[in-house]
Amino acid sequence: MNIVVCIKQVPDTTDVKIDPKTGTLIREGVPSIINPDDRHALEEGLRLKERFGGRVVVLSMGPPQAMDALMEAKAMGADQCYLISDRAFAGADTLATSYSLMKSVQAVGAWDIVICGRQAIDGDTAQIGPQMAEALGVPHVSYCIEIAVDEDGKGVTAKRELEDGYEVIKTKLPALFTVIKDINKPRYPSVRGIVSVCRNCDVQTWTAKDIAASPKMIGLNGSPTQVARTFAPEPKGQGVVLKGEPEAVVKELVKRLREKNVVRVR
Amino acid sequence: MDFALSKEQQMLQQMVRDFAQKEIEPIASDLDKEGRFPEEIIKKLGELGIMGMTVPKEYGGAGADTVSYTIAIEEISRACASTGIAVSVNNSLACFPILAFGTEPQRQRFLVPLARGEKLGAFGLTEPSAGSDAAMQQTVAVKKGDGYVVNGIKHFITNASRADTYIVFAMEDRTKGTRGISAFILEKGDPGFSFGTIEDKLGIRASVTAELIFEDCRIPADRLLGESGKGFKIAMSTLDGGRIGVASQALGIAQAALDRSIRFAKEREQFGKPIAALGAIQEAIANMATEVEAARMLVRYAAWCKDTKRPYTAPAAMAKLFASETAMKVATKAIQVHGGYGYMKDYPVERYFRDAKITELYEGTSEIQRLVIALNVIK
Amino acid sequence: MPGVKVDQEKCIGCKSCVPICPFGAVDFNAEAKKASINDKCTSCGVCVPSCPVEAIFSDIKIVTDLSQYRDVWVFAEHRDGRLAKVGLQLLGCATGLAKDVGQRTCAVLLGHKVERMAKDLIAHGADVVYYVDAPELEQYRFDTYTKAMVELVRKHLPNMFIMGATHIGRDLAPRVSRRLNAGLTADCTELTIDPQTKLLKMTRPAFGGNIMATILCPNTRPQMSTVRPGIMKSLEPDPHRKGEVVKERVEFSQRDMLVEIVKVVKEHKHLANLEEARIIVSGGRGVGSAEGFSVIKELADVLGGEVGGSRVAVEKGWISQDHQVGQTGKSVRPDLYIACGISGSIQHRAGMQTSGCIVAINKDPDAYIFKVADLGIVGDLHNIVPMLAEAFKQELGK
Repeated sequence: MNIVVCIKQVPDTTDVKIDPKTGTLIREGVPSIINPDDRHALEEGLRLKERFGGRVVVLSMGPPQAMDALMEAKAMGADQCYLISDRAFAGADTLATSYSLMKSVQAVGAWDIVICGRQAIDGDTAQIGPQMAEALGVPHVSYCIEIAVDEDGKGVTAKRELEDGYEVIKTKLPALFTVIKDINKPRYPSVRGIVSVCRNCDVQTWTAKDIAASPKMIGLNGSPTQVARTFAPEPKGQGVVLKGEPEAVVKELVKRLREKNVVRVR
Repeated sequence: MDFALSKEQQMLQQMVRDFAQKEIEPIASDLDKEGRFPEEIIKKLGELGIMGMTVPKEYGGAGADTVSYTIAIEEISRACASTGIAVSVNNSLACFPILAFGTEPQRQRFLVPLARGEKLGAFGLTEPSAGSDAAMQQTVAVKKGDGYVVNGIKHFITNASRADTYIVFAMEDRTKGTRGISAFILEKGDPGFSFGTIEDKLGIRASVTAELIFEDCRIPADRLLGESGKGFKIAMSTLDGGRIGVASQALGIAQAALDRSIRFAKEREQFGKPIAALGAIQEAIANMATEVEAARMLVRYAAWCKDTKRPYTAPAAMAKLFASETAMKVATKAIQVHGGYGYMKDYPVERYFRDAKITELYEGTSEIQRLVIALNVIK
Repeated sequence: MPGVKVDQEKCIGCKSCVPICPFGAVDFNAEAKKASINDKCTSCGVCVPSCPVEAIFSDIKIVTDLSQYRDVWVFAEHRDGRLAKVGLQLLGCATGLAKDVGQRTCAVLLGHKVERMAKDLIAHGADVVYYVDAPELEQYRFDTYTKAMVELVRKHLPNMFIMGATHIGRDLAPRVSRRLNAGLTADCTELTIDPQTKLLKMTRPAFGGNIMATILCPNTRPQMSTVRPGIMKSLEPDPHRKGEVVKERVEFSQRDMLVEIVKVVKEHKHLANLEEARIIVSGGRGVGSAEGFSVIKELADVLGGEVGGSRVAVEKGWISQDHQVGQTGKSVRPDLYIACGISGSIQHRAGMQTSGCIVAINKDPDAYIFKVADLGIVGDLHNIVPMLAEAFKQELGK
């Protein structure tokens, strides 16, 4: 089976802080990791290979340092890894990124299944998967908590998480799936895997030309959305003890919690 | 001189750290309370290749370097020192002697499963009458027919009863003194080989420590490890590497104690501010941090000597001596920084304190380490 | 069938169109020296202007004059025969946006035999409801819903299109945006109109909520966005409001059905563990007894959160150990942590002090917990907590 997994290297957002003056992220000293959902996608791909044979090709679009993420993927057991990197990709929104990734998947050659994480912890959009599937012209199932490939390797029965349960969806391959963390527990890279990839790193880099990307569709050119400004969310500030009669303070507390949007209608 | 870790060492550090923080740390306190051997963890570490990290690939190992190995033991021990020593004994005291001194058939038969984590190893040298005076071996092995009969008792053996494979030292010829000692490979299930009391210890309570009992234990001739009479040399040579392992374990304990002290000092407020703002605490933490860093340098240096095929007996002894004394000091100070809270089992620092002590004792007491260093330095 | 075609007579075989196509939908026959469009075509129309002899034509109008795109559209999601609250909330927001640009508010209703919902949509602010009825739309599925939505958009050219960032919205919106080659901004928490440019300003969190970004989509239409449920406020429904229901027809065939929905299983998700909970209501010494915890549980239920407990509460057997928060116990980081009758010892704080918003309810005004709380009430939790539960029940029931 020809399995393609797309991963993204992201800053570990639990550690990220924002400069209150400039409203921009302080990236220094923040470790880069494989996006958590993507790790689950990779694990799912590796399991499919263990079951059906074939190969797992991992793609990642990013700056040169995303190579680390691909090395980790290789150490976990991926067969081939490609870094899709080019200055021309800079400034890409999800539409442009989904186009570039689609071209990359096509550059890989024959493929049966593409697996992505549902969303990245930096962008938090969850748009890439479905947009890629549309660009590739294949069906997709998002929020997968289970991907069961048929014995003959030609179709999939997937379980898709809903807010209040799940649905079971059948589709033929080729198709694209986005997964959430409930789907599996990812393996750790083995010592052998790490030693092997470090002593013999064969992760290739593909440029916009290598994937035959149309310049109009990538980077800033290909991005209909643009960031007008970034800013820090409301700082915490001092704690407030509400004063007054019980009825009044309760009402005030409810009002403030609603304003903070920590309590929402479900 | 490059103090930076290589890419390979960094990746290994990250992987072991993630594993230790996610899989071991959450259960470490329970393992200690229940005195429970971390069987599931050891199995997973075996699957990842950590049980035979530096063993060459052709013998089922991962072929990593010793510096990476010290990093792995440190990260594991940071979460749980008991798990750390189980891994260290397997790598340094069981895999190493078979790799270095075993025949090809012995390597295939015994080393491969140990390196793959399919079997667990142990090292049987210490006896009730032979601790620091390791040459006073009372356990005897008599050649009989096409094998040996072993009689005697080993005690304070780490991994005993859980391990499958045991490197056991016994006296073949008392007239030859230390040159009469030979090394043997024993297996759980060998006739006449049983286990005695499982010790109730102050620390590393999730590590299993027990007696090995040999009562007319019969083993075939192919269980002799290395040459007859070379056992003492094998033991001493093996312990050099083992000391690097213990040094790493001690370093991990010290680092954990330091981390906790810094965290607590930032959270705990007295006199209207976090105690981290108080001079006494800053001084304490500064000393702790310096000692931990110095210990790390010695541990990495000893590992580097081994990797670059330099003599490493003295560096290993220095690393073990310094790291273990540092662990004890830092763990003690960590309790002090925590104040009364440090004395309570709610906080892990009391466990670090109890765990740290053994590092000054096993695989050669601090006194023995000083002896080894002196003999190496005073020439 | 591709909506874009190459006139074989006009084609001069220059191959200009081949590399232009983003989707590899242009085939070139080297012998005949003619280009043709294959099934991969998404009708984006990018190739049309590339042909020097205008041999490529699209039977789908790609309207590039942005002023032709008018009205604010809202996707009216519905499930199990009921309109989802998020759609009504978005209508509330959309009416404001529509007013700012002087255009109409329209709802898009896709389904089977759900015309009756149109009235409710109008009552909640829709001037127009575009309704497509088909058995293929009875249950949400990406393939038929994307087709229907795209056809409606291409026919009516909306200026803005917002959907709820639900499991449906986050599945459908990206697919639609890709097919339309339109920009999409996810998970918006605020939508406003720029007074000068009249563009939609879409504000959303990124980096796990550590930073906020305002996004614009100046050059493509519709300006698309998904919005988190519970952020916008729906209007008070006015049953006398007037609006138009426009029934649209979309043809579906087997070719459009790419997936099969085998079944939908509703289940009460097994309790998320404390570490995953977004809201935790926690009880401490002040709760006083196991029975006392019932008020904690009630508030947690109303808020859709989990129950936590301090070490004291667990040791006294008032609540089981898997609820313990603290140094020995779980470390939690919910968006909201309500500490009831908890003094705020360092052991407890170690487990919860990085929570997004901390509320403290305690009889003792000097309790340490008030130092780390964002909001506090000094009072008896047995009095305050039930009142809070009741107040939230009313507030959220709306």
